[in-house]
Amino acid sequence: MSEAFIELRNIGKRFSGVHALDDVSLTINKGEIHCLAGENGSGKSTLIKVIAGVYQPDAGEILIDGKTVRHLTPIESVRHAIQVIYQDFSLFGNLTVAENLALNTALRAKRKTVNWRAVHALAREALDRLGVEIDLTAELETLPTSGKQLVAIARALMSDARLIIMDEPTTALTGKEVETLFRIVRDIQARGIAVLFVSHKMREMLDISERLTVIRNGRKVVEGPTSDFDEGAVIRHMTGQDIVAEPYRWSPPDGAAPAPRLEVRGLSRPGHYDDLSMTIGPGEIVGLSGLLGSGRTELALALFGMQPPAAGTILIDGRPVTLGSVRDAIDAGVAYVPEDRLSEGLFLTQSIKRNILVTSLDAMSRWTVLDLAQGDRMARETVAAMQIATPTPEKIAGELSGGNQQRVVLGRWLLTNAKVLILNGPTVGVDVGSKAEIHQKIRELALSRGLGVLMISDDVLELAQNCNRVVLMHRGRFVDEWDGDAASERVISETLKTLT
Amino acid sequence: MRFAVDFRSLINRDNNIAQLIVMTVVIFIVMAALSPDKFLRYYNFESITYIFPELGLLSIAMMIAMLTGGIDLSVVGIANLSGIMAGVFFHAVLKDAGVEGGVMVVGLGVVLALSVGAVAGALNGFLITRFRITPILATLGTGQVFVGLALVLTGGPAIVGFPETWAFIGNGKILGVAVPFVLFLLIAGLMTFVLSRTTLGVNLMLIGSNPRAAVFAGIQKSRMIFYSYMMTGVLASAAGIILSGRTNAAKSDYGTSYLLQAVLIAVLGGTNPAGGRGTVIGVGIAVVALMLLSSGFQILRFSNHLIDFIWGAFLLLVIALNAYKNRAR
Amino acid sequence: MALFRKSEVIIAVILLIAMIVIGLINPAFWQLDNLFSLLRSNVIIGIMALGVLLVMISGGIDVSFPAFAVAAMYLTVKGMIFFGHDGVILPFAAAATMGVLFGCLNAFFVYTFRMIPLIVTLGTGSMVRGFLLGVVGTSMININKMPDALIDFGKLEIISLTKADGTTFGLTAMILIYVGLAIALHLVLRHTMIGRSVYALGGAPEAAARVGFDTRKTIFFVYCVAGMLAGFAGLLHSGMIWLANPRDFVGLELDVIAAVVLGGASIFGGRGSVVGTMLGVFMLVMVKNSLIIMHVDTTWQRVVVGIVIVIATAATAWRDRKRRV
Repeated sequence: MSEAFIELRNIGKRFSGVHALDDVSLTINKGEIHCLAGENGSGKSTLIKVIAGVYQPDAGEILIDGKTVRHLTPIESVRHAIQVIYQDFSLFGNLTVAENLALNTALRAKRKTVNWRAVHALAREALDRLGVEIDLTAELETLPTSGKQLVAIARALMSDARLIIMDEPTTALTGKEVETLFRIVRDIQARGIAVLFVSHKMREMLDISERLTVIRNGRKVVEGPTSDFDEGAVIRHMTGQDIVAEPYRWSPPDGAAPAPRLEVRGLSRPGHYDDLSMTIGPGEIVGLSGLLGSGRTELALALFGMQPPAAGTILIDGRPVTLGSVRDAIDAGVAYVPEDRLSEGLFLTQSIKRNILVTSLDAMSRWTVLDLAQGDRMARETVAAMQIATPTPEKIAGELSGGNQQRVVLGRWLLTNAKVLILNGPTVGVDVGSKAEIHQKIRELALSRGLGVLMISDDVLELAQNCNRVVLMHRGRFVDEWDGDAASERVISETLKTLT
Repeated sequence: MRFAVDFRSLINRDNNIAQLIVMTVVIFIVMAALSPDKFLRYYNFESITYIFPELGLLSIAMMIAMLTGGIDLSVVGIANLSGIMAGVFFHAVLKDAGVEGGVMVVGLGVVLALSVGAVAGALNGFLITRFRITPILATLGTGQVFVGLALVLTGGPAIVGFPETWAFIGNGKILGVAVPFVLFLLIAGLMTFVLSRTTLGVNLMLIGSNPRAAVFAGIQKSRMIFYSYMMTGVLASAAGIILSGRTNAAKSDYGTSYLLQAVLIAVLGGTNPAGGRGTVIGVGIAVVALMLLSSGFQILRFSNHLIDFIWGAFLLLVIALNAYKNRAR
Repeated sequence: MALFRKSEVIIAVILLIAMIVIGLINPAFWQLDNLFSLLRSNVIIGIMALGVLLVMISGGIDVSFPAFAVAAMYLTVKGMIFFGHDGVILPFAAAATMGVLFGCLNAFFVYTFRMIPLIVTLGTGSMVRGFLLGVVGTSMININKMPDALIDFGKLEIISLTKADGTTFGLTAMILIYVGLAIALHLVLRHTMIGRSVYALGGAPEAAARVGFDTRKTIFFVYCVAGMLAGFAGLLHSGMIWLANPRDFVGLELDVIAAVVLGGASIFGGRGSVVGTMLGVFMLVMVKNSLIIMHVDTTWQRVVVGIVIVIATAATAWRDRKRRV
């Protein structure tokens, strides 16, 4: 049983001089559930793409069934019965469920024509094998995320795969859906198929896997049977540090209580969230936990004026505000660091300077003519204040590391009169070292400027460490709240797991 | 002083400008070597300063549309419609009054033509930002409408008989320099200023490099894109004024090959058609380079059609070279 | 698939309403000779539209096909005169082959340099037309020089009728070629892997490569077939009007793209059907022709076509936005 199916030996891969993978070895045995653990940006995705043949490694060798494979291509990889389920599923939204399922089989068989009856029969069989019911004639893009994932899994199973790689499969699933997924994964294993489960959520990994490999910053840290690890050990290996950070604590100042920085009363938007009320005081960092689709991002967008709520009141410094546009929100003192830094946060091809000044162009201009000297000064000050590692603010933002990029996005809000800072996944894709520094920066900002901070994150540990209060959101409502020491990683995670 | 600093950083950032200058010099030397007696005559260069500004303005217009990842296929239509509107206006006013057009009347004509451009550009911007029609299709459609309206106004043949002062815009000289050339320099300078020193210009660059991030940073994306198409329209109508002034006529199908040429020059001048990058200086040098190229070929007695062929081949060559350059990087 | 069907039904309904309205304004619309001439006008634009449809489903756009069509047509006719060849099959094969070669040029640039298809095809179109007019010639080949075989072929009719005043009219047999090509393309798109790869590429290019489609093959297929259809249509056109004009088809890309968009294809790729495109072509041709019947001044034609494009694209944009929500 412990015979190796695929073996990666001393794999190295560089992108424009930066090591994405450095001397990484990984062995996946036949029919085992193996977990590849690592923080975002640790090199997990690169490693998967090496196995899938998408990237050619610069160093090392790959053995499948004990034989060296030179120059593994995507087609080659599929031929070796390796199937990857990417986070975006690689499905076709414009095609039907049936065709999405049957395409690969037809491609592998080098078919020239399409027999629609066979397509439907094949697809029906694939779904039956998984024991799920999905309308075969529906266009794929009409399905919910969990449905798309099931289609992707069913498709991978159709190919008599010997190894199925799942890249962060639980991100968009509810607790119940995760259970269903795990049942399916064990079922897959029972058929002698190996599963490589890629994740950064330790509890899931410990639940499902038999063996575990941890990588960090492109290097393998440890490998062994899952039973040898406990949570603390995994976290230690993943982050490279013990959880020693002082938890963030806050108490309302003595004397006359100031108006809360942010207060929402009875905020509702049908279908997204319902009757939300909360307050965040100056200097408070409030965590918002919840599954994807719980309405947490929609709440953030409402506070940032992008999706105005249908009902309810938003007060900033005790004054009711109407946030009908992003401009309104910024003027009212709301700052937002979006979920996806690359697609929503940064202008990768533009200079750091422009990335920072984007929020203050109006402030540094008269009659729309920019005051360049003032802009230079503001950019330099921000670079210094945020400790962005760059010789000059003229450097292109795309050339920075993830951590520095996030500082740029954060830094642009230092120049506005922000009172409320909303962070959506503040350290996604940031390496471990920078992560701690960014957390430190957020705490400093909260204290020194009296910001009210709302921190949304998938990373429960991040919330537990950096928030003085954590609110749990589910199906558009606040369902739980923990204050101070009660907001521990364990408690929050356990509660999250019970959500359906 | 400040300008000098800017200029240097511009060259450093993308050495595109330096490459363009080299290319221009090479074209100049080759053409001069092939037919020194004709190419190097003063008259040749003087005529270039009359002809290139209209194309240069259209190319700058195209570049501005491309800054946000769009394109404007209606620029030539706008240019002709503007010229024709002015022509119709002069006919109406001057016939009635029976006087030769004074500066006042011509000034009004210029304002009218530019307003046509602004309105046409606003229509494009409106369709693109409000109805979210892709720029290609929106401007393809409005381009038809503008050409069609031009046809309706003229009934087919060219409108002729513009006032003297109008012709001065296209044919005259100020201090021995061609008026179109002077106008081009003024407008190009103004556009450089707008793109690099105003909130609008910087916003357009940012929108072009990442439209979603622009929204999250509080840029009023729709409004800015709307303004950019208005600017494009006004620039196109300025080109139309010069074109009708130079030829003393306006017709619905003048300068149709300018569309491709404007796209080519914009791309050659370092504009990224996917958005976020483009400079007036780059476009300006590219238009000069290509005018030298085509005047050289004309002197070598190549037909206009063959020059079209060369333009097309040049565009593909530029694409290939850019791709090669990016791969190396 | 249900959605495709649905959007085609909508197009068909709009078309029907338009026909009824036009018929009410001028009952002459329903006369057989008018309908026949309408169908005749569908042929060339329709065949070209099939090519553009293919390109659009793949996520691209093509503005070079009028140049390809005119070059294939003019070169073939010139060749026929030069060699004294007076056949039908060989010339059409030659024109189609030329179209394929031109199409390869597009595919090469689009695939190899990942350049925006609009700009690539602007360049290739200009090159081909410039070459034709600059090197091959600018003079028209009119009826006395045109090869007889082509003219005779173009004259073929399925039905020939005689009007009360003795003039004859008929339905051109070329419509069969158009319908035949449309059916063939429909079958390819619907029932072959290469056809499905076009939809896959247009829907999700990255995923298409990942699941193992040969995207290079698909891109070459798309542009080469589009070129082939253009070349074929070009020669057919000269046979139908008994004239080979090297300056023909200028600006036709606008009409054809408009027709394809009218037919429900998405400019973002992944969506579009042969039936929809044929309906779109019919709609466009009908609107243009009916302006004449309705005694609208011909100078207004382009304005109307432009407005139709704008409305159609606005409608599709609106539809796509609704779908994305």
